[in-house]
Amino acid sequence: MGTKPQIIEKDEVVIRFSGDSGDGMQLTGTLFSDTAALYGNDLSTFPDYPAEIRAPQGTVGGVSGFTVHMGHSEINTPGDYADVLVAMNPAAVKANVRWIKDRSTIIYDKDSFTDKNIEKAGYVKDPIAEEKLEDFNIIAAPISSMVKEALKDLELDQKSVLRTKNMFALGMVYWMFDRKLDYTEDFCDRKFKKKPEVAKANKIALRAGYYYAETIEALEPVRINPAPIAKGRYRNINGNEATAWGFIAAAEKAGLELFIGSYPITPATGILEALSARKDLGVKSLQAEDEIAGICTALGASFAGKLAVTTTSGPGLALKSEAIGLAVMAELPLVIVDVQRGGPSTGLPTKTEQADLMQALMGRNGECPVVVIASSTPSDCFHYAFEAARIALEHMTPVLLLTDGYLGNGSEPWRIPSMKDLPEIKPPFASVSNEPYFPYKRDNKRFARSWAIPGTAGLEHRIGGLEKTDKGTVSYVPENHEFMTRQREKKVEAVVEKVPNLKVFGKEKNDLLLVGWGGTYGHLLTAARELQNEGHNVSLACFNYIMPMPANVGDVFRNFKKILVCELNLGQFADYLRMNHQEFTYHQFNKVQGVPFTVNEIKEECIKLLEEK
Amino acid sequence: MADTQAIQLTAKDFKSDQEVRWCPGCGDHAVLNAVQRALAEIGIPKEKIAFISGIGCSSRFPYYMNTYGFHGIHGRASAIATGVKTANPDLSVWQITGDGDALAIGGNHFIHVIRRNIDLNILLFNNEIYGLTKGQYSPTSNKGLVTKTSPFGTIEEPFSVGELVIGARGKFFARTVDGNLALSQEIYIAAAKHKGTSVVEILQNCVIFNDGIHDIVTGKEFRDDRTIILRHGQPMIFGKDLKSGLILDGLKLKVVKIGQNGISEKDLLVHDALENNPGIQYMLANMRYPEYPVALGVIRNVEWPTYDALVGEQIEAVKKDSKIRNMDDLLNSGAVWNVD
Repeated sequence: MGTKPQIIEKDEVVIRFSGDSGDGMQLTGTLFSDTAALYGNDLSTFPDYPAEIRAPQGTVGGVSGFTVHMGHSEINTPGDYADVLVAMNPAAVKANVRWIKDRSTIIYDKDSFTDKNIEKAGYVKDPIAEEKLEDFNIIAAPISSMVKEALKDLELDQKSVLRTKNMFALGMVYWMFDRKLDYTEDFCDRKFKKKPEVAKANKIALRAGYYYAETIEALEPVRINPAPIAKGRYRNINGNEATAWGFIAAAEKAGLELFIGSYPITPATGILEALSARKDLGVKSLQAEDEIAGICTALGASFAGKLAVTTTSGPGLALKSEAIGLAVMAELPLVIVDVQRGGPSTGLPTKTEQADLMQALMGRNGECPVVVIASSTPSDCFHYAFEAARIALEHMTPVLLLTDGYLGNGSEPWRIPSMKDLPEIKPPFASVSNEPYFPYKRDNKRFARSWAIPGTAGLEHRIGGLEKTDKGTVSYVPENHEFMTRQREKKVEAVVEKVPNLKVFGKEKNDLLLVGWGGTYGHLLTAARELQNEGHNVSLACFNYIMPMPANVGDVFRNFKKILVCELNLGQFADYLRMNHQEFTYHQFNKVQGVPFTVNEIKEECIKLLEEK
Repeated sequence: MADTQAIQLTAKDFKSDQEVRWCPGCGDHAVLNAVQRALAEIGIPKEKIAFISGIGCSSRFPYYMNTYGFHGIHGRASAIATGVKTANPDLSVWQITGDGDALAIGGNHFIHVIRRNIDLNILLFNNEIYGLTKGQYSPTSNKGLVTKTSPFGTIEEPFSVGELVIGARGKFFARTVDGNLALSQEIYIAAAKHKGTSVVEILQNCVIFNDGIHDIVTGKEFRDDRTIILRHGQPMIFGKDLKSGLILDGLKLKVVKIGQNGISEKDLLVHDALENNPGIQYMLANMRYPEYPVALGVIRNVEWPTYDALVGEQIEAVKKDSKIRNMDDLLNSGAVWNVD
């Protein structure tokens, strides 16, 4: 493919594909990241799309983006600011100009910069000048006319021709990063198996873009060498899919059927979709009539002896509250996933936030403890979904798993685990004996009741939301209610046997401990690592287990002069820590903008705090 | 109904050790009796039976049955029962609910369980009042009923249970009266035998807050003339003297007297509960006194594929064609690559 000019080697790069929501930017980004992964880069991706399916064309509200951060070393975030912006229209420039690095490369479709589109995006005449981007590396490519020219010999309607614009742009970026086209070409053949003409058009556009980039001699080719990744077999996975698969793995380990009862809600729907696709593994998926039916069908399936899960996002969790209370009372295993989004109410459905923590911990009537855990990366959603199921099944309790929109939609390469390496799951099934079966009789260690499965002769019993004695008789006796309330509390506390100790990244005794939980892990880790490399006395501790917390929290915290709790809310976890470990002082760094932290803002906050007396 | 070998059982086998706590004289006692007798006759082993309820007086029912039971939350029994039956289609699942539980707070689940045709037997205790909260009007209370929350009479139109069931594309609807044990038993057995959502409306008396609400129709002295018991394949005859009947007059049902105006028994409508077109069944379900007798018996009984069976069939069909047999297969499927 011709001789290349001098190639610059870089350690990492952030590329943002951006266009109208109908421009195919999500697919373009996915193809690019798959190619990068196959090449051996470490990477992290994040899609960013509007809540409206087809917002008015050409408007800033309708811009859909996909960010890929790839590197020669470990990558833990999708990157805060882009080195390369691909903008399919003026609105894409408008929406992304604050998220690109100074003097970065902007590739845009010149043909789409019509007066009308420029005006729709809120510019007067020249977006590049109006944004003062003249010093940037601006590549004004006539993408629309180039694909028309390249595809003129094909018998394809105009609309289909213009749909290949994204492939042309992708081709340009492939040339820039010295990538092969074969994976994308194979994809086109697979995707358009029944429309070979369309497959051909996409492949031609891809190559046309590639050669165009080479010809214009305006782009600097960049090489990002493969990252030193641990040996093994890999795949890309996003958080929602990883969550779904974690449950299937848990069901297989427990020897149980998996049942999901859920109602579609952004950004959690991907889990229901991924599980609905797995009939071949016997998953029973029920798309319920509402959120309440989602959890209630799951609870019914749990009563019937299955591994049952329900998935939702903030507003849906609110609707499920009463049924979670019933699960607590019935002491049945159940996993509830909350893929958090910006709230309250409908809030920011497609954006990320961590503001459901208190709802998860306390949002129910009565003394109603549940286990609360949170995953921290797209791929570890698999692990925490598995663990949530293992805890629910072995401790006979509902478990609330918190992820968020950023984790659910974000993806990264993942070393594929082997089922034989995952722990066994052994629910406390009741067995028939000479003694009568008492539904609320507990073991002495976990305080878990035993699970009698309908269909088993001799274990017929009744449970329900009314307070009962351990024999299962409805009881209003004051002392019994307090006794049972405390037993349920103790049962959740006993889950601590499965909670690993809190780990510290960096020195175990230091000036500042950065504390986070859940999905902010990648940004906090990157910030901590950079700060440490720059010589700052900062360590990091991230929580995955919230209720119960790791047993060593106090021992970890007391070795630090200052503690800074960073979270995407107004301080819910900091308050939770104050409740549980009041002996420490907690500084807070909070953000509620629907977007993740940037590494820089975390670093600046740490440095400020370190400098304060 | 689950396909299980029938075994010898008596009503007593189904009584739990819990003391029955409904008010003396409550219609629920009779329903409990009739259900226990019906189950004994059906002969499904009690470990294969699950009773699921919501909230309300009748929803205590599962505690009194020596089967598996789950007393749920208000309005959600349809959803819980849907989960139980879909998870394990071998169970015979009974849902106990009331006019408030099923038609007010649980209205959404009620219509959707029917639409999906989950193989459940739903016993809807209709006493036209909220009893457990001590006497407020319900979605089936007649317009004008004076209650604690309608001291000047309700201004709301009531639901008709049968109309709602058929409107939600229900395949089985029956109506009985709490005190009529023989008829109730017969209907509960028919409901259990029907594969799909079987809704049985039970005209039930609340002795404390709505005493005698159904008496104008079901009272001993009126019932023969003011109700009609429908049986599939039999002419629609009723009345003390068995001389009244129903015919189709244009697009409406009409009460006629055998022997008058040249009407003979063979002119009467013959009940067809198995007909999928619900036209006449709909009119029968909506008959109101005094214009018509109130229909009792199995009004609609149409076989239709059930959701719970289809779930299993779809899983088997997909399994047959898939290369993915276990989790390891799935993990290693699609775009994967090795790092050496």
